[in-house]
Amino acid sequence: MIQVDKITKRFGPITAADQIEFEVQRGEVLGFLGPNGAGKSTTMKILTCFLAPDSGTARVGGHDILQDPIAVRRAVGYVPENAPLYDDMTVASFLGFVCEVRGIPGTEARAAIDRVLSQCALQGVEHQTIDTLSKGYKRRVGLAQAFLHDPDILILDEPTDGLDPNQKHDVRELIRGMGQDKCIIISTHILEEVDAVCSRAIIIAQGRVLADATPAELKAKGDGKLETFFRRITLGDLVPAGGAA
Amino acid sequence: MTAMQAVMRREFRSYFGTPLAYVFLCVFLWAAAFGAFKDQLFEMRDANLRVFFSYLPWLFAFLAPAIAMRTWAEERRTGTVELLLTLPVTVRQAVLGKFFAGWAVFAIALLLTTPIVFSVEYLGDPDYGPIFAGYLGALLMSGAYLAIGTFFSALTKNQVIAFIVAAVVCLILVFLGQPSMIATLDEFPLTSWLAPFVEQMSFAVHFDLLQRGVIELRNIVFPLVVIAAFLICSVVILNEQKAR
Repeated sequence: MIQVDKITKRFGPITAADQIEFEVQRGEVLGFLGPNGAGKSTTMKILTCFLAPDSGTARVGGHDILQDPIAVRRAVGYVPENAPLYDDMTVASFLGFVCEVRGIPGTEARAAIDRVLSQCALQGVEHQTIDTLSKGYKRRVGLAQAFLHDPDILILDEPTDGLDPNQKHDVRELIRGMGQDKCIIISTHILEEVDAVCSRAIIIAQGRVLADATPAELKAKGDGKLETFFRRITLGDLVPAGGAA
Repeated sequence: MTAMQAVMRREFRSYFGTPLAYVFLCVFLWAAAFGAFKDQLFEMRDANLRVFFSYLPWLFAFLAPAIAMRTWAEERRTGTVELLLTLPVTVRQAVLGKFFAGWAVFAIALLLTTPIVFSVEYLGDPDYGPIFAGYLGALLMSGAYLAIGTFFSALTKNQVIAFIVAAVVCLILVFLGQPSMIATLDEFPLTSWLAPFVEQMSFAVHFDLLQRGVIELRNIVFPLVVIAAFLICSVVILNEQKAR
């Protein structure tokens, strides 16, 4: 459902994405791994049409990101990094706003809001102003707005960042449950998360795809530990061949 | 419900969800009433709103940038722009939605000045033609200032910078039409040819003609052109940031 075709994006001298290429099918949960600044968020911003690539393109849900960005955005549920929200709104009015922009009519909107409130365990805070909520709740409001239109494709940028272990567990369960019939990309730098929810993982560093395999295969390459492989492949790239290290 | 209307409704509610709209309305109504009834009205012994209207170009030059400064700067600072522009809404719809929300706040502010009209009605027998034309001009002028404010808000993450630059630009556009400015330009042979041109660039001049009851096409078209130009520039700037 997602085909990424040689996407390149530069910010001045920095190449944030360098000829990135991969595909994701329905039923897959793809883990996006990499050190900070590797280009994970940039790639996700390009796939959701927030940034335009310098070259290359992608098809998301059958729509080209350059030709038809609005259709792409309709098909995708996106949680940006840090899940920014309109802090001055209540949870209910914020979700109502997202329904309006997505063109979900009144009665359906009510049902959709009730559904995501229970999915994300937000009942009870629905009439609270968002800036009075704890970080965990804010995160879950961010997830809730992405689930409203029940999209086939979910792009989640570090969705469990800032959650406590119980909440992390709940969100992973939620994602794993949805992964059956959706296509999900989730970025993280928590390696255990990959094991817990992903059916496939891509490791990127310095804007390039360094590995693309199932978590089990990656572990096998790291002598049974994902972390070993991650360190080897991401740090190894920084050390010049034959260097002192 | 289109995406643009959804954005407009959210923005409009957000003005009233924070103290911003209330502070704005209080300051505006106080200043407007102060201007309207400050001595001259009674000395002129003529029932009209000329004094009130003559304050508006100056008042709006500060208040419109204050309303517009947060539109994009705030979204960029808090990162919500990424949320907004990954929803199925185009930059153009978002810019228009935000602009109309701000303009609606100004329409309400102007509506709330009608007691001044009632007072004048009570005092004498006003000519409603110029009053109507004056209100039309005031609404158009506030839209033009808002569009300027929107543009500078789209340029920066910093609301204060957006406010100051927009206010200065608005004030310059008022100053251009001041008789002293035109006279100075007229005085020198090198710049005298500029005078009529510069005069046409001033909000004050167009607004002054409107509030005298002279509804000429160019006095209505001028603010509309300013609105269109600055909103188009805002869309271009915001799209440009996407490509960076």
